[in-house]
Amino acid sequence: MLQVEVVSPEAITYSGEATMVVARTVGGGDIAFQAGHVPFIGVLEVWSAKVIGNDGNDEFAVHSGFIQMANDKVTILSDVSEAKDEIDVERARAAMSRAEAAIAADDSDVEAISALKRASARLAVATGESGSGH
Amino acid sequence: MAGAKERVLRRRIASVNSTKKITRAMELIAATRVVKAMQRANEAKPYATQITSVIENLSAGGAAVSHPLLREPEVVNRVGIIAIAGDRGLAGPYNAGVIRAAERQLNAARTEGAEYALILCGKKTNDYFTFQGYDIDSTYTGMSDSPTYENAREVAGEVMRMFTDGEIDRVELVYTEFVSMGTQKVTVRRFLPLESSDTVAAEGGGDASALAAFEFEPSAGGVLESLLPRYVEARLFGAMLEAAASEHANRQRAMKAATDNAEELKVKLSREMNRVRQEAITTEIMEIVSGAEALGA
Repeated sequence: MLQVEVVSPEAITYSGEATMVVARTVGGGDIAFQAGHVPFIGVLEVWSAKVIGNDGNDEFAVHSGFIQMANDKVTILSDVSEAKDEIDVERARAAMSRAEAAIAADDSDVEAISALKRASARLAVATGESGSGH
Repeated sequence: MAGAKERVLRRRIASVNSTKKITRAMELIAATRVVKAMQRANEAKPYATQITSVIENLSAGGAAVSHPLLREPEVVNRVGIIAIAGDRGLAGPYNAGVIRAAERQLNAARTEGAEYALILCGKKTNDYFTFQGYDIDSTYTGMSDSPTYENAREVAGEVMRMFTDGEIDRVELVYTEFVSMGTQKVTVRRFLPLESSDTVAAEGGGDASALAAFEFEPSAGGVLESLLPRYVEARLFGAMLEAAASEHANRQRAMKAATDNAEELKVKLSREMNRVRQEAITTEIMEIVSGAEALGA
């Protein structure tokens, strides 16, 4: 079993056990951790992080951060992370279309690009489209 | 009839009493806030600890980078001073302590022949340094009671920008460390440049695992590069939270002292008033008696 902790600057937001953790790192694509994985440190993409346990799964939208794996302990350090049931789908949709409109008007708008990333990460988590993770 | 003196005393007692009620209320409010602030400071610790431990692992894994935040300048032309204190007074020596320490840093920078840049958190520090005619680079207010990570990121972002742009070559952080409920200490810390990752690692605090065979993605240097700004933010955030807890603890103590003083003053004034009233009564009786005697004679 893996020990999993999601830590924000303000507090530990999640802590539990899992059989597998799936996340997406910058430049490395999706990566899955199971017990016995080699020690690993990665920078996380704005995307989902999935915690797959024996008794159900948890999924988070992680807005950049780090993941550390050592001694069967996975730590996700993230400024902002939202659990699946915290995500407001309507708001994310609205933000997505706003961001798309802004990018259509000016495709070098960095703010809009990262807003789009955040919104699509949220939607992927909320609607379960971030891949099955298996 | 109440004499003039008695009336004055009665009014003073009433005013002391209402002041006491206010200070008592402030004491109670501060007492609940200090608990909350302490809790927040504790909850924020895991993040800082984890970040430190990642840096430890990175440094053990042999990540050597030249990051702008690690730049050790040969000549210090301008010293940045971050002073974290409160927006409001009535907190005993809390604000004054930070102000004094910050001013000492400022003078030290001047004697080194360097300029200074003031980055102030809290209205009170701003008031003082404005009044003294110092140049202030930026002031952040409205966050001293319960700072959020957003606040820390804003301030840290500005400071890191100034540092990487070469506007300032060194940054000192002045804040009040929350040692315990009874002890808070004004502390000056080197904020930037960061000591090399090795030194951060050696300082410890993280719970790094001894095995050094880490894999990194994208690379050790890449991880460190995006990690260092977070580390700076987390450090500032920690300082802000401790400062907030210290402010509330100081306010609680100051208000307790004020309440006790008011109580003491009330007792003293009541005694004085009773004496004055008794005197007035005695005089009146004397007058009546002597008047009656004069009539009877």
